[in-house]
Amino acid sequence: MSINQEVELLRRIPLFAKIDPAKLRLLAFASERISYQAGDELFHQGDPADAAYIIMDGNVDVTVDIPSGRLTVAKLGRDEIVGDIGIICDVPRTATVTADDPTVVLRITKELFFQMINDFPAMGVEIMRVLAQRLEHTNAALRSCRQKLDAAGLH
Amino acid sequence: MVPRAGGPEDPGRTGDEAVEPNLFKYIWRHSRPEQLAILAIVVVSQVFYFLSLDLPKTIVNEAIQGEAFQAEGGQSLAFEPAGEDLGPGKPTAPFLRIVVTAPDFMKGVVGDGPIMIFEGIPLTQIPYLVALSLLFFLLVVINGLFKLQINTQKGRMGERMLRRLRFELFDRVLRFPQLQFRKVKQAEIATMIKDEVEPLGGFIGDAFVQPAFLGGQALTALLFIVTQSVWLGAITVAILGLQGFIIPKLRVKVLQLGKQRQLTARQLAGRIAECVDGSADIHVHDTSNYERAEIAARLARIFDIRFELYQRKFAIKFLNNMLAQLTPFFFYLVGGYLAITGRMDIGGLVAVIAAYKDLPGPVKELIDWDQQRQDVQIKYEQVIDQFQPEGMLPPEMQPIDAPDGKLEGPLVLANVTLADEGGARLIENLAARLAPGEQVAVLGGPGSGREAVALVLARLLEPVAGHIAIGPHNLFELPESVTGRRISYAGADPYLFPTSVRENLIYGLKHRPVKPPLYEGDALRLHEAALREARRSGNPEFDIAADWIDYESAGAADGQALEARLVELLQTVELDEDVYQFGLRGAIDPEMRPELAKAVVEARADLSRRLADPAFAALVEPFDPERYNKNLSVSENLLFGTSRDPALSPENIMDNAEVQRAVERVGLADDILDMGRQIAETMVELFADLPPGHPFFEQFSFIGAEDLPEFRALLAQIGKSGFGALNAAQRAKLMKLAFPYIEARHRLGLIDEAMEQRLCEARKRFAGELTESLRARIEFYDRERYSAAASLQDNILFGRLVYGQAQAAAKVGRLVAEVLDQHHMRPAVLAVGLDFQVGIAGKRLTAAQRQKIGLGRALVKNPQLLVLNEAINLLDNQAQLRLVDRVREASKGRGLLWVLHRADLARKFDRVLVLKDGRLAEEGPPAELERRGSAFAELANAV
Repeated sequence: MSINQEVELLRRIPLFAKIDPAKLRLLAFASERISYQAGDELFHQGDPADAAYIIMDGNVDVTVDIPSGRLTVAKLGRDEIVGDIGIICDVPRTATVTADDPTVVLRITKELFFQMINDFPAMGVEIMRVLAQRLEHTNAALRSCRQKLDAAGLH
Repeated sequence: MVPRAGGPEDPGRTGDEAVEPNLFKYIWRHSRPEQLAILAIVVVSQVFYFLSLDLPKTIVNEAIQGEAFQAEGGQSLAFEPAGEDLGPGKPTAPFLRIVVTAPDFMKGVVGDGPIMIFEGIPLTQIPYLVALSLLFFLLVVINGLFKLQINTQKGRMGERMLRRLRFELFDRVLRFPQLQFRKVKQAEIATMIKDEVEPLGGFIGDAFVQPAFLGGQALTALLFIVTQSVWLGAITVAILGLQGFIIPKLRVKVLQLGKQRQLTARQLAGRIAECVDGSADIHVHDTSNYERAEIAARLARIFDIRFELYQRKFAIKFLNNMLAQLTPFFFYLVGGYLAITGRMDIGGLVAVIAAYKDLPGPVKELIDWDQQRQDVQIKYEQVIDQFQPEGMLPPEMQPIDAPDGKLEGPLVLANVTLADEGGARLIENLAARLAPGEQVAVLGGPGSGREAVALVLARLLEPVAGHIAIGPHNLFELPESVTGRRISYAGADPYLFPTSVRENLIYGLKHRPVKPPLYEGDALRLHEAALREARRSGNPEFDIAADWIDYESAGAADGQALEARLVELLQTVELDEDVYQFGLRGAIDPEMRPELAKAVVEARADLSRRLADPAFAALVEPFDPERYNKNLSVSENLLFGTSRDPALSPENIMDNAEVQRAVERVGLADDILDMGRQIAETMVELFADLPPGHPFFEQFSFIGAEDLPEFRALLAQIGKSGFGALNAAQRAKLMKLAFPYIEARHRLGLIDEAMEQRLCEARKRFAGELTESLRARIEFYDRERYSAAASLQDNILFGRLVYGQAQAAAKVGRLVAEVLDQHHMRPAVLAVGLDFQVGIAGKRLTAAQRQKIGLGRALVKNPQLLVLNEAINLLDNQAQLRLVDRVREASKGRGLLWVLHRADLARKFDRVLVLKDGRLAEEGPPAELERRGSAFAELANAV
């Protein structure tokens, strides 16, 4: 897979959809493409956050450590971005991400990520929008959770 | 039994503590026979010198003007020609006739007339001239040889004295009290030993010879003048006396300035060294301008001193010259008056003036010599002043012929009081006892003085009061040859020498030469000559080429056993894994270690089979001569080899004209050129909008920001008229872009299958196009051969890790380790790792690794008492726990005193001493002390 193919893949991702293809080429060129075998960890909960990952192929499991073991909180697949919270908020990894099957990702380092946002404000706005959507999604989930709890009379 | 301090007298070191303060006495003491020998040569040489001065007169008068061939010949001292008519027409003169006139008191015995010793050879005028001229030439040669001999002797003597002095100074540095090293700057010490004593060497040869020689000359001339006229002689003596009185007076200030010059220059050296050491802080705090000002101020002061010195020196010179010229003035005036009034004949006056011509030269040189003498005397004083601090170890404490001995009996500290260099009390009246083989921890909070206890046992600090004994011996009276072998010490910041890990570990075993090297034939003669020379300069006769390793105290029979012991030690201090990694990353010379190289090639074959497993197949791309390797750069693919020569790295190789030619010859020029064009296009497109100086250029671009416009122009030119219009430099520039390109990493899609094929084909012919000498610098990939240009790991792998495979390095690393273990190669790899160079002061290692080496160095000699001073405080908590157990185990049956910064570690010891404010607060087994309110509990719970 060459850079040009990567650029095509990137354009399908909402976060990058509105960005000039030439800039995406630069992003792809400056990023590292990494292949994981099933079971390989992308990163572990508590690790320092140094990069975000765009899944170009395959699926990953997002798990958190709980006293009784591990809890899968999400499954992410192609075109999705993972690990962005850690680098934006500058906090250690809040979850462990493991490849579910052979997975290919584009690894964007923290420096590159912020450099791109600095150089191309449009990308920053786009990220803001995606994050806001995610927050809205979380809020909705929380609301439905509360309703269910209320309904069960546990609240 | 331990011998008391004091070995046999050692010639290299002065027994008394003070250095001889007078340079002249020092020189005379150490070079008397040599000085006398040179003086003797000088005296003999004067005879020939005088003859050579006299001979020209004979040549001119008697041979050329023919006086010798007239009936009444002229007179000459040594060559007494008298015209002799040996036949009709041709008069001859006797050549080399020697006639001696007997002194008055002998005349009664041998008669009145001159005595003929040698008749001489009768020669006619031309042969006589030739003979005299040849004689003159011979004298010139003889004089030259004398001069050469005298200078050689002087030089050798000076160098010997310099060597002696430097050695003596260094010897003193090794005996400085430890606290002295907090006061002196290392750069200043180095400057003194290296530079400041250097001029002394030049002077030493002249110290006695010069004044004797010049003084003799001057005295002769003076004597001559006095015999001619007492008056004129008196004037000469008076003016010389004036010179001798005034000039030294004026010089006092000059000498003071000289002293200042030396001090300020030395301090400048110290300050510069400080700036180098503190360069990080200078940058961090933006104090570079402050430092500039500081150094500029020093330079200004040095300038003032030097300029004033210069002015005064020349003022003195002026005065000196004036006084010298004053004498002829008086000669003309007084001598003239005496001549006119008839009290002196004109011939005498002329002779006096002529004789005086010979006087100023030697006198001036004598004055110069005197100046130089005072100069070097000051330099000498200033230097030796710095090398006699108080409390220096007497030489007997570091005996050359080292007595050895065991230390038996308990360690007893009685009322020991310790203080720092400012006199502040660190420990007061400490009384403690350590039974043989007991293992004790010392604890205390900050300010408790716990470190001082370790320092005093390592003798790095002397007690101000009290007594420390081991068995019957006073610890501070034992020579280092006993303490340095029987007691070990490691602190938190061990100094590592810039050599290998191995050398640093065994540094503590090198007490004395154990086995001399074997010398034979010429080598033996050279070695003996070197020894003689060392003796003459008062240097020790140790041979640095000998085997210095004390295998016995390391518990090893020979080098091989020591190696095993080191490996065991690496495990004890948990450095084995690190050293193993150093080994894998290290390179070996296959000719020096053919067996290891062979084993590596075998392991390579084995690994290659294991890599065929699908779990690994995607992680490594092996070097296959038939296939293009996507994880290698274009140039590496083409060369199919690597070089240790940086000129042949992928970035630089295209600069090599021969490589450029080879690329053309294998028909790849157009392909590479086009690849370069595509890279240039991509770079121009990607980076066009970025401002110059953007970090991306540095990190990712093939082209620097400053070169971007040039490549843009180049691309425009290609667009217009194709590659044909490019000149050689432009072509090289484009091709250079393509060589470091790695398809798997850069992913520009430049190398398709057809291109792969072409590059593979070209690869096969490429090496053949290079010259023999270039080929010799390249290690070609060959499955059957070990490559000296690659690390051990790369040799075993014989391939490249594939870019972008997660954890490939770790996974493959584990596999490599497995294969190496199966081939029993772990010790060999560790041995290579032990060769790892630690860098200056061990800077290539982490602080924790340095501490581990320091600990290993302390353990290797199996000391009877091991003193550790927070020696592993930079390791992680778990490692510290493990290491305490391991070190206790390794020194079982021997004494251990460990000053700990973590009280919880002390729970592992037999007994604990707890210090508080410099006093022993409590002692006992840790379990007993661990009760509420105890000092131990207080410290342990604070962790």
